Amino acid sequence: MAHAAVSEHHATPTWQGITTVKFAWWLFLASEVMFFAGLIAAYIVLRAGSPDWPIVSEELNVPLVAGNTLILIVSSVTMVQAYAAIEVGDQKKLRNMLLATAALGVIFLSIQGIEWSALLREGVTAQNSLFGASFYTLTGFHGAHVSGGVVGLVFVNLKALRGGYTQAAHEGVELMGLYWHFVDVVWIILFTIIYLI
Amino acid sequence: MTTQAEMTDVAHAPERVAEKSFIRKYVFSTDHKVIGKQFLFSSLFFFVVGGLLALLMRTQLAWPWEEIPVVGSLVYGSSGNILAPEAYPALVTMHGTIMIFFFIIPILSGAFGNFLIPLMIGAKDMAFPRLNLLSYWVMVPAFLVMITGFFVEGGPAAAGWTSYVPLSALPDKIPGSGMGQTLWIISLTLVGSASIMGAINYITTVVMLRAKGMHMFRLPMTVWALFITAILVLMATPVLTSALILIFLDRTIGTHFFSPSGGGQVILWQHLFWFYSHPAVYIMILPAMGMASDIISCFARKPLFGYKPMVFSIMAIAGLGFIVWGHHMFQSGMNPVLGTLFMTSTMMIALPSAIKTFNWLATLWGGQLQLKAPMLNALAFVSTFVIGGLSGVFAAATPVDVFIHDTYWIVGHIHYVLFGGSLFGVFAAIQYWFPKMFGRTMNETWGKVHFVLTFAAFNLVFFPMFILGAYGMPRRIADPYNYNFLAPLQSLNQFMTISAYVLALSQLVLFVNFFYSLFRGQKAVENPWQANTLEWATTSPPPEHNFHTAPMVYRGPYEYSSPEVTEDWLPQSRALDGAGPEKTPTGVAATGAATD
Repeated sequence: MAHAAVSEHHATPTWQGITTVKFAWWLFLASEVMFFAGLIAAYIVLRAGSPDWPIVSEELNVPLVAGNTLILIVSSVTMVQAYAAIEVGDQKKLRNMLLATAALGVIFLSIQGIEWSALLREGVTAQNSLFGASFYTLTGFHGAHVSGGVVGLVFVNLKALRGGYTQAAHEGVELMGLYWHFVDVVWIILFTIIYLI
Repeated sequence: MTTQAEMTDVAHAPERVAEKSFIRKYVFSTDHKVIGKQFLFSSLFFFVVGGLLALLMRTQLAWPWEEIPVVGSLVYGSSGNILAPEAYPALVTMHGTIMIFFFIIPILSGAFGNFLIPLMIGAKDMAFPRLNLLSYWVMVPAFLVMITGFFVEGGPAAAGWTSYVPLSALPDKIPGSGMGQTLWIISLTLVGSASIMGAINYITTVVMLRAKGMHMFRLPMTVWALFITAILVLMATPVLTSALILIFLDRTIGTHFFSPSGGGQVILWQHLFWFYSHPAVYIMILPAMGMASDIISCFARKPLFGYKPMVFSIMAIAGLGFIVWGHHMFQSGMNPVLGTLFMTSTMMIALPSAIKTFNWLATLWGGQLQLKAPMLNALAFVSTFVIGGLSGVFAAATPVDVFIHDTYWIVGHIHYVLFGGSLFGVFAAIQYWFPKMFGRTMNETWGKVHFVLTFAAFNLVFFPMFILGAYGMPRRIADPYNYNFLAPLQSLNQFMTISAYVLALSQLVLFVNFFYSLFRGQKAVENPWQANTLEWATTSPPPEHNFHTAPMVYRGPYEYSSPEVTEDWLPQSRALDGAGPEKTPTGVAATGAATD
C-alpha cells in the first residue's frame, strides 16, 4: 500500500494516485448518497404502503420534467467537456463549458420551480397529501443540492475567468465535476422512482 | 483546505511560529490535540449531567413520589420537591440522549480519536485541521440547543432517546412533546453534522498521512477501531439526518410521513432511526475495544494475540452491524419473516465479538501482568462486555425477546455493554493517555481505589436488572409498583439505587484525581508505560507538530517481550542494527533511542 511521505518534502500525499482532497471529497459524496438513500427508502416504503397513491402522469408533467432531466444530463456532459478542456490546457473551452454547465443548472432549477408551482396550483400541498409531502421533500432536497452546486459553479467560473486553473493544477474543476455528476445521478434515480414508476 | 504541504516544515526550522493569542491557541485552535481536549472536557461535563439525571431516575424508582432531599427543591420546586409525573419520561429521554450523543460518542471519537490518530500514525495533525475546528464548533450550538430544552415550556424532550412516533411527531401530546422535542431534533442534526465532518477527517488522515513504514497492518488497534468507527459514522449518520428531517417536517409544517391518519407509517420511523442507531452502538464500543487491545497488550508485556483476526473482527462487527437493526423492532408488528432474518444476522455478530474476547484472554495468558489502573479498567471492560454481550444473545432470539423486550433486561444489557464496556474503556483510556495529553501523571493509588469502588458498585446497580427484567419489570415507567405483581421488586430497586449513589460518589475519586493531577500531578516522562506505539515516542505533552522529526516505522505495535532486544518492549520507531522500515530487524539490539 502506498504510504505518504510528508515531513521532509511538501508533496501532496496520495493513495493509489488519489490526492487527499479528492479522497475526502469522495467520502463526503458517500455520506450524501446515504442521506438521499434514507429519503428514497422512506419514499419507497410510503408509496408501496399507500393504497391511494395518485397516478403520477395525471399529477405531474412527465414530458416537461423528462426534458429537464435531459437538460441536467447535458449539463453533466458540458461539465465533462470543461474538465477535458483544462486537461489539455484549453482555457477558452473551459470557461465556455463551465458557463454552459451553470446556465443549464439554473434552467433545471427554474423548470423545477415551474413544476412546484403547477402542483401547488393543483391544490397538492405537503400537508394534505402524502404524495405531495414526499414529492416536495425529495425534489426540494435535491434542488437544494443543485443550488449548492450552482453556487459552487459560480466560484469555479470566476476562478476560471481569472485564469486560476492550469493544465497542471485544476483539481477544483474535477471536484466540482464529481459533485455535479453526483447531483445528476441522484436526479436520475429520483426521476425514475417519482415520475416513471 | 490546509494540506500537509502548507504546514510548517519543522524538520528544517526551529519552532519559529509567533506566539498565538489565547483564543487562537485554546479556543479556536486547529491543533488536533487541543480539539481533542475540548471534546474531552465537554464530554466529561455531559457525563456528570447524564449521571445526575440517572440518579433522579433511580431515586424515583426506589421511593416513588417521595420528596427528594436537597435536589428536590432545586429541580422540582414547582411540584412540591417531588418528581412531577410527566418529568420521568423526560429524565429517561435526556439521560439516554446525553450519555449517547454528548458523552460516549464525543469522548471516544471526538476526544481520543482526535488526540490519538495523528500521533499514533506519526503525522503532524489531521488531514484537514480547519474542518476539525469546525466539527467541534458545530457541537457547541448542539450543546446549547440541547441544554435549552431543559428551560423551555414543557421541558425537554420526553419521547425517549428513540423518539418513537406517534408521540414525538405530535407537538401537543405531553409536556416535552413541544419545543423540547423540536430542540432535540435540531440539536441532534447538528451533532450528526459534526460527526460526519470528523469521520471524513479521520478516514482521510489514516489513509493518507501515515508515517513512512506505517503500513495499515502495523497500525495499533486503537487506530483501526477509530478508523472503522469513522466509516460507520460516515455511512450511518446521514440516515439519521434524513429521519430527523422527516419528523421535523411532520412537527412543523404538518406533513404526515409518520402519521397513519395522513397516509404515513409509524414503523417507518423505527426503521430509519434504528438503521443509524444500531451502527451507533458499535460506534460506541469499537473504539473502546481498540484501546483495550493496546492497553492489555502493553500491561501484559505480550504481543496482542491474533492481530489480523482482531482487525477483521472489527470489520465484521461493523459490516454486520448494518444488517441487524430490526432486532430492536421484534415487537413492533413488523413481518415475522423479516424478524427471523434479523435474528440470524444478529446472532452472527456474536462470532467476531467472541474472537476478540478469546484473543484478549490469550493475550493475557502467560503475560507479565502489570495491574495498573489502565489495565484494571481494561480487564473490567473485557469481563463486563462479555456479560453484556451474552445478555444480548438472549435478546437476539426473537421468541425470548417477546418476554424481555422493553423490560429491565434490556436496560441491564445496554448498561453492561455501554458502562461496563465503553465506560470502563474510557476510564482505562483516560488514565493511560493522561500523561501524554497533559504532561503529568494521575495518581495510581486513587486510580485503583476508583476502580474497585466503581467495579463493585457498577455490578450491584446493573446486574439485578437482569433479574428485574426476567421478572417482568418494564422500562420507562415512573411507578412500576402500581402493578401489584411488581411491588415485591421495590426493595431490590432500593438496593440498586443506593448502589447507584455509591457509584456516582465513586466517580468523584476519578474527577478529583483528574483535576488535581492536571495542576499538581507529577511531571510525566516521554513513555511512562514503556509502550511501543508512536505517541510514546515524543514528549509528554507533544510539541505543536507532534514530532521533532518525522518518525520512521520499523515494525508493528505489539513487539513486547521481543527476543530481538533485552527490554520487554520494542517501539515501532526504534531502529535496530541493519534495519530499514521495510526489512525485518536482525541481530543484536542497538542502543539507539527511539526517534526523538
